[in-house]
Formats: sequence, structure tokens, C-alpha cells
Amino acid sequence: MSVPAPKFETVEQVPTPPDVQPTAVVLPLPRKGNGLLRWLGEAARQVASAVIPPVLVLAVLLAVWEMLMAGQTGGLPAPSTIWLESKDLILDPFFDRGGVDKGLFWHVLTSLSRVGVGFSLAAVVGIGLGVLVGVNLWAHRGLDPIFQVLRTVPPLAWLPISLAVFREAQPSALFVIFVTAIWPIVINTAAGVRNLPADYINVSRVLRLSPLEFFFRILLPATTPHVFTGLRIGIGMSWLAIVASEMLLGGVGVGFFIWDQYNSSRISDIVVALLWVGLTGYLLDRMVALLGRLISRGSAA
Amino acid sequence: MASKAYLSIESVGVSFSRGAVATEVLRDVSLRVDEGEFVSIIGHSGCGKSTLLNVVAGLVPVTRGAVILDRQAVEAPGPDRAVVFQNHSLLPWLSVYENVKLAVDKVFAGKRSRAERRDWVMHNLALVQMTHARNQRPSEISGGMKQRVGIARALAMEPKVLLLDEPFGALDALTRAHLQDSVMEIHGKLKNTVLMVTHDVDEAALLSDRIVMMTNGPAAHIGEIQPVDLPRPRKRLEIDREPAYLNARHAVIAFLYARHGTVRDAA
Repeated sequence: MSVPAPKFETVEQVPTPPDVQPTAVVLPLPRKGNGLLRWLGEAARQVASAVIPPVLVLAVLLAVWEMLMAGQTGGLPAPSTIWLESKDLILDPFFDRGGVDKGLFWHVLTSLSRVGVGFSLAAVVGIGLGVLVGVNLWAHRGLDPIFQVLRTVPPLAWLPISLAVFREAQPSALFVIFVTAIWPIVINTAAGVRNLPADYINVSRVLRLSPLEFFFRILLPATTPHVFTGLRIGIGMSWLAIVASEMLLGGVGVGFFIWDQYNSSRISDIVVALLWVGLTGYLLDRMVALLGRLISRGSAA
Repeated sequence: MASKAYLSIESVGVSFSRGAVATEVLRDVSLRVDEGEFVSIIGHSGCGKSTLLNVVAGLVPVTRGAVILDRQAVEAPGPDRAVVFQNHSLLPWLSVYENVKLAVDKVFAGKRSRAERRDWVMHNLALVQMTHARNQRPSEISGGMKQRVGIARALAMEPKVLLLDEPFGALDALTRAHLQDSVMEIHGKLKNTVLMVTHDVDEAALLSDRIVMMTNGPAAHIGEIQPVDLPRPRKRLEIDREPAYLNARHAVIAFLYARHGTVRDAA
């Protein structure tokens, strides 16, 4: 090119030494002296800051509850009344006097096994359906509106229908858990698959990954965080469905226990059972979240 | 024409149709690249330079024309045209080592033993000076390091042509300079054929044997081709007073801003 370039002859480049090689300096984290003691102190401080506030609030709530309900008969029993009436139930969750007269631990365990079956089915079917809806545009157009409607149906409403279809209590109860848990799993999995970054698809195309390799090496790990969001919501929902589904099962199970105590007007026992239900649900949620973190190596919810 | 060029882009046209509306992105683009040549494609945003690169990669199908690499027509993506993507596109659930290993295992499965493949991964990480971070995840390393790993992954496929899609666009100026020097060094060592999309005039002039200037879209085509007649290895500090460098740089700026300024053309 013969274009004269007076404007650019004086342009200075940013002087960068050409022989600079980027090197990474790995600095070890500074070691603290007297490590164990410091660590213990730090741990104690963290535990205290996590435990003290809820304990205080709980104490205040119990006190208010006690003041409001003390001396009244009927209605919601005060905490002290609950303690007096349900002492056995609270102190010994492991007793087993045969039949349905068992400690709450056994009731919760039976309910958990039902949720385990229903939720596992929902997870398998839900992830499968979710991948289908996420990958296939026609499946998405056809199925997504139906899912969006069905997911709003409350667990109790499924009960008569599933009884009519299965004609037996056991499969009906499992179906109610299944059908309550499946929608968030389907919808979140589908969202994860549909939002798969185009870059990952390009990488797999350049590498010529087979469909199977693409599924296991790209699609599955990339959607894991979404799937686990769905599973977390799903396990919460399936635990919510336990009371509805056990109302018709009878026998052992925390849902039936609540229903049974209601029929015999033992409100104190119900309050204790509710506590168990709440704590178990919380633990389930934490477990699925932990599993998700382990599997997706820190990138999940 | 009996083609002797290693990579030959023959009258390529690309149109995208969305419903009834068709957009012509590229019209009649022809380019020949020799083996070992470093060619940059420069142009304003939206001129279709990335589309051209993706056509060579096989990620975007041609509407007209053909791309021929080493006497074979390009029809689908493949590891012989490894791409370094603008935003690195490393898989976040794999470590640096595993990201490169995924490519090596796929390309050399059955051709090299497990130990050879492991050595090859480490060799390519060493090329981009990333062996120290091999067990880290992409989220734990800097943008420049990610791009280095992306380059290592592409090099590890032993591609016939290396495609760089604005590889340093998202990096700060100093990191970018480091990576440019690394790419020059690697190109000097391995003599790869490289096609690089960029919007940085200095980068194009520093790295390339020829700079391909694209006109503004729609229906973009090659406006001019500017050779950069500078010997290699090039030193950043030495060439920026060389007439060949300054001429090339000026020609590209004149093309981009005087003759194909976006604002004037759009008006």
C-alpha cells in the first residue's frame, strides 16, 4: 500500500517487554500458629452465631404461646400441656408396643420409605421426561402446557383419582407422592437442557462426540445443577404429600399417625408429630442439596 | 482452477432465513491460505467475520460455494479444524487437565496408548505454560489462563488449521499482549496454519502474514487483503517502527474507518 501515513508514524506502542513469560506464582496459604486452638475458637464462634439466634426466637415464641394458651381448655394446647400429655412420645421415639402403637421414629421411618419409593420413581421419570421436553421442540410444545397445568394440582386432589385408577391403597399412596414430586423435576430438568450453552454444543460438534458421549459428558454434567434444583423442590413436595397419601393407607406412618391422633382428639401428639415432620423435611432438603453439591462439584444450588 | 492452496474458501455465500425473511451474511467470499500461513480476518462488528470462521469450522453450513481443506471438502465440524472460542468455552465441571484430555481421548482413541495420551495432554499444557494449574477448575483460574487452556485444547487435536475466534477480545491489554506473544511463539514452533478473527488492528498486524479486510454486512465480502511483510520471529518492541508494520496497520485503519466506517455506510 502506498498510502502515506504521517498520522501513524509517531504512534507509540505500549512498551511491553517481548520476553516476559507469564509464570504463575503459587503462594501457600499462611499457616496460623497454634492452629488447633484457633480453629476450635473459630468453630465455636460460628456455631454460636448459627445456634443462638434461632434458640432465642424459639424461646420467645414458646413463651408467648404458653401465655396465650395457659389455663384454657380445648383449642391448641400450651407447650407445658403438650409436655405433660405427650411426654412418652417426646422422650422415647423408639418404643414399639406392637400394632400401630410405635414411637414416632418408626412412623417417620415408614413414611420415609414410602417417600423414597415415590420420589425415586418421580426422579427417574421426571429427569427422563425433562430431557425429552428440553431436547425435542415438539415434545416441548406439546407437553409443557400440560405439565404447567398439572403441576398446580394439590396432592389431596390426586387422591380420589389415583384410588379410582389403582383400586388399592398402597399404589395409590405411592402415586400421590410420585405425581406431587415429578413436576418440579421435569420442569427444571427441561429448563437446564434448553439453556445448555451453545458453546458446549459447539465444542461437542468440533470433537465429534457421539450422541451417547454428548449425553453423558456434556448434557448431564451441564444440567446437573438444574436437575438438583428440581430434585430439591421435588423432595420437599413429596414430603408434603405424605399426610395426604397416608390418610388412606392406615397402619404405620407419620401421616396416618397425625390423622389417627386427630380422630382421637390428641392434639398434643399431633404437635409433636408435626415437629418430626418438619425436621425430617428439613434434613431431606439438606441431604439432596449436599448430594447436588458433591455431584456437581460445587456449582449447584 | 486446480487448487494448490492448503485451505481454500471458494465463492462462499451464507444466508440465514428466519421464517420468510432471509438475511444474506456473506456474498462470494474467496480466500486461499497456504500451509503454515497466519491469516487474520478483520472487520466491523456484525460484518460476518465470525460467520466466515464458523463456515470453515463447519459449524455454519454454506448456502453457496465450498470450503476445501487439504483437498477435502468441509461439510461438518471436526477436530482437524479446532476452534478457540471467544469465551474459552471450557467445561466448568472438568479440571484444566480433563478439559484437554476430553479432546485428546476423543481424537486419539485407539491411535495412542493411555500413557501417550496423558503425555500429550501435559505436553500441550506445557506449550501454553499451564501445567501448574492442571488440577484446577476453569472457575478457579483467570480469563487469560482459561484462554490458554482453550488454545492448548485446540492444539492438542493436531488440527490442520487452527481457528481463533476473537480469542483475546475479552482480556485486558496486558494479558492480551502476553497471549499474543505466546501464540506467535507457538506458531513459530509448530508452523500451524491459523485463521484468526479479530477486531484489533495492532493484533492483526503483529501476528499475521496477511490481513483480510471484510466490508460491512449485510452481504459482506472481502474488501482488501493486506500482506504484512515482516520476518519472523517478530518482536513486539522492534516491529512497531518498521515501515512494513506501519503501512499494513495504516492500510487496515484506512480501510476500516475511511472507506467502511460503520456510521457513514449506515447513513
